[in-house]
Amino acid sequence: MRQRGPHPLRVLLVLVTSLMLVVITMGGAARQANAAPPALIVGILHIGSVTDGGYNQAHAEGVRYMQKMLPGIEVIEVENVPESADAERVMETMIQRGAKLIIAASFGYLDPALNVAKRHPDVKFEHPSGYKLAPNLGTYWANTQDGFYLMGMAAGKMTKTHKAGFVVALPVSFFLANVNAFHLGARSVDPQFETRVVFTGTFLDPGKEATATNALLDQGADVMAMIVDSPITVVQVAERQGAYSVGYHYVGVQKFAPKGWISGLAFNWGPLYVRFARAVMDGTWRSEAIYGNVASDYLVIAPFGPAVPASVVRQVSASKQAMINGQLRVFMGPIKDNHGNLRVAEGQVLTDQDYGKMDWLAEGVIGQPR
Amino acid sequence: MSVPFVESVLLGAILSGMPVLYAALGEVIVERAGVVNLGLEGVMLMGAVTSFASTVRTGSAALGVLAGATAGGLFNLILALLVVTRQANQLASGLALMFFGAGVSALLGAPYIGSRIAGLNPLQIPGLAHLPYLGPLFRSDILAYLAIPAAALVWWGLFRTRWGLSLRAVGENPAAAYAAGYSPPAIQYQALFLAGLFGGIAGADLSIGIVKTWAEWMTAGRGFIAVALVIFSRWHPLRIVWGAVLFGGAVALQLQFQARGAPVSPFLLDTLPYLLSLGVLLVWAGGRRHAAPASLGRVFEGTK
Repeated sequence: MRQRGPHPLRVLLVLVTSLMLVVITMGGAARQANAAPPALIVGILHIGSVTDGGYNQAHAEGVRYMQKMLPGIEVIEVENVPESADAERVMETMIQRGAKLIIAASFGYLDPALNVAKRHPDVKFEHPSGYKLAPNLGTYWANTQDGFYLMGMAAGKMTKTHKAGFVVALPVSFFLANVNAFHLGARSVDPQFETRVVFTGTFLDPGKEATATNALLDQGADVMAMIVDSPITVVQVAERQGAYSVGYHYVGVQKFAPKGWISGLAFNWGPLYVRFARAVMDGTWRSEAIYGNVASDYLVIAPFGPAVPASVVRQVSASKQAMINGQLRVFMGPIKDNHGNLRVAEGQVLTDQDYGKMDWLAEGVIGQPR
Repeated sequence: MSVPFVESVLLGAILSGMPVLYAALGEVIVERAGVVNLGLEGVMLMGAVTSFASTVRTGSAALGVLAGATAGGLFNLILALLVVTRQANQLASGLALMFFGAGVSALLGAPYIGSRIAGLNPLQIPGLAHLPYLGPLFRSDILAYLAIPAAALVWWGLFRTRWGLSLRAVGENPAAAYAAGYSPPAIQYQALFLAGLFGGIAGADLSIGIVKTWAEWMTAGRGFIAVALVIFSRWHPLRIVWGAVLFGGAVALQLQFQARGAPVSPFLLDTLPYLLSLGVLLVWAGGRRHAAPASLGRVFEGTK
């Protein structure tokens, strides 16, 4: 046997640990050098990368906007936090560093956030798309179904083949409600419209999203929509094949489809985050379930593409106004599912609470919800 | 209006199968030399990000592929340093390499997210591109055309050259290879570099060939599928082609079934590629020929 030096992994471990210590010490020194303490420290956790051109970037840009509007706020931002006990540890660290408001920006952070919230009653938590409230945990999201209905209307006006393709991560209730809303919107202007759905089983796999998009376009779809973390792949593949697309999550994706872009539904969390931070600083923060809609400043309809005629834009805007006035509702009976069962009876209207229980796809949608 | 089923599936199979095929061709070289590289996922990510960034900067997809391959090759040398020179555990080092690659690629790629590239364009072969059924085979990008020649080249290199013989000898019994005058560490370094080139091309195929975008962890487990494919093919480069086509075809098939509205649960369809793989293993299992290299995963400590 040859004499061996220290195990390389051990060397690596020692290196990484010492580097971390240096960074932490430097961070502490920097904070001490900064004389005035921050007005508020806000912690935000992201499930993915803040430059994904999608879900996470929308949250991150909301925080940037908050910092711009409220100078003196310090932000602790951590990316790629798994939806597990790791999320609890990250939140605990943020609180140790003085965070008084924590935005747990992914669905799966709900239980970790509830656990940490119980231990720290003086810290306020906000969670998007959560079902639960706690004395110091609020929840916020927006009714995306109204927006998808409007997108569907535009798609129904633009399509020549009367077919749309929809790439969806998973068949969960809110996503099914979005697909149904899109389809009902399209059918309101094109009674023979057909929506074909492919579930990829994952929020991020561009290769699979590209193959799914091709499969849908091969079936004659000429409009593509998607519910995955980043809309870039689907929008780009559609553009290359001369199809239209409707984006989601993030407005910046429009540049990938200079020809085929119809419009998109995006989140503009900034104004809402400013309100959260102000309320925490004023001491007026309350635990509430905020549920916006197309009238809110944080759910925006992206600019329409050059292919969309002004008449379509006007018709969509008119319907948006009708929704805000309460004259137009998305799920207004009678609505059948794609097996012919009556799901919403004549005269019945589904509300936001019903969307969380939706387990069916509407008549004319081709896909399996389970 | 709609495209025939066979053509659709074939095109989908090419799209889904190619990155896995290139990655597995690299992996079979290192495993034949006695090294398991579980860091393949990280190598692919490095190839994907480097080729995408180079394509953004230079506008040339050819340079992108070259840069991706080089990055993959150099990145694999880190594993060579760990497992050959420092004689560390291969499985642990491979996993460390994967996480390292994921992190470094995310860091390098961040400024390029949202960049637009033309990427590798499909090259149509006149006369063949519009054949019924087989048309999609002749409307692919250059990497798809080169995949089968690449597999043949790897086979020839491993089984028909003196270098391949020495490489396989190292994988079976490094002490014997050493006694015969070969240097197992040098051969393993070469194998890892070559494998890295293939892994880098696999990543490039994904980022500038298929989706023309960069996203963190965009390989989504394809590196591990490639490692499994090598075992599945019983360490034979030509059987890897069948494995990759089968796997890619199954992925394409399940997405096609959904797009056509087959009355089957999407959860069940999503398991199709893995069910098919299991099925083939059941049928093929038991053969002793071309089984694992005898010294796979073992540390060669020299003769001191």
